[in-house]
Amino acid sequence: MENKNKDLIDYLLILGDNSLILGHRLSELCGHGPSLETDIALTNISLDLFGQVRSYFQYAAELTGGEASEDTVAMKRVDREYRHTWLVEQSNKDFAYVIGRQFLFDAFHLPLLEQLVNSKDEMIAAVAAKSIKESRYHLRFSSSWMERLGDGTQESHQRMQTAINDLYPFTYELFEETETEKLMFEAGIGADLKAIEATYRQTVKEVFAKANLEIPTAPARKTDGKKGIHSEQLGFILAELQFMQRAYPNMTW
Amino acid sequence: MKGNPIWEVFIRSKNGLEHRHVGSLHAEDAKMAMENARDVYTRRQEGVSIWVVESKHITASNPSENGEMFDPAKDKAYRHPTFYDLPDELEHI
Repeated sequence: MENKNKDLIDYLLILGDNSLILGHRLSELCGHGPSLETDIALTNISLDLFGQVRSYFQYAAELTGGEASEDTVAMKRVDREYRHTWLVEQSNKDFAYVIGRQFLFDAFHLPLLEQLVNSKDEMIAAVAAKSIKESRYHLRFSSSWMERLGDGTQESHQRMQTAINDLYPFTYELFEETETEKLMFEAGIGADLKAIEATYRQTVKEVFAKANLEIPTAPARKTDGKKGIHSEQLGFILAELQFMQRAYPNMTW
Repeated sequence: MKGNPIWEVFIRSKNGLEHRHVGSLHAEDAKMAMENARDVYTRRQEGVSIWVVESKHITASNPSENGEMFDPAKDKAYRHPTFYDLPDELEHI
């Protein structure tokens, strides 16, 4: 039986899963940050992202009905049901990768939220309104570090450029409009990816210039994360993310 | 991190009048020090204003000199404004 809200639910997953998986990647750094200050900063970002995820997924669970809850939505789907992009799956290879991944996401996330604030769906607009301040700070933090690492020592510059060269090809997927996103945009609920892309490329240009980094020209990685096709990284991520819920169903603290 | 100076952090709470010293942290420069202070010291709504000062700019009194610095003020009651008769109408002095 098809839920009449299936497109809206799918859109909520597209919105929430990026924050969920990125939040999870950042949580892996807890206790392992390069310094006390960055450890706390990165896990703070993770908590902010999880806060957003909870709002999106509580709404999705409500629309799904039955036994669905924010926890089942977050932790009981199989890999092909997740709708995040490959960018946020990338591992915490070194601090440059962590910062690169964060910046390339934040530069997209902020304009996305700025659009969603005007969504015809009141719930989405409310989540976006609350999340904008958080996202603004995330972008400030990640841009600062991009500049420091890019325009730092020879080693930091090299590592930052290497990380960017690896990560940049994953950014194109952020702007590839899926069927769900097209429907949502036409209904006045979803964001205009084309408009966001313009802002994105501009932000990237400005920050890269200050960071003395080259914008990679390598072709886009053609990935279908938003359609549920993910890299081998997701298996490991879900093994950690879902373990407790699957080993001890309905566990509570 | 090499050459990573220490900064002292002062925070003024929402209802406070003065910035209070809450701790210290490492940062390369003032902008980073401000962001680190926000991340480390304002997680639980501790305040609405942050000052960061590089530790080297703070001059502190030497505890071993406490005797000559602070003891002489102990027995000088005439320095306290306790001998004035305040009219009843004055409530908040």
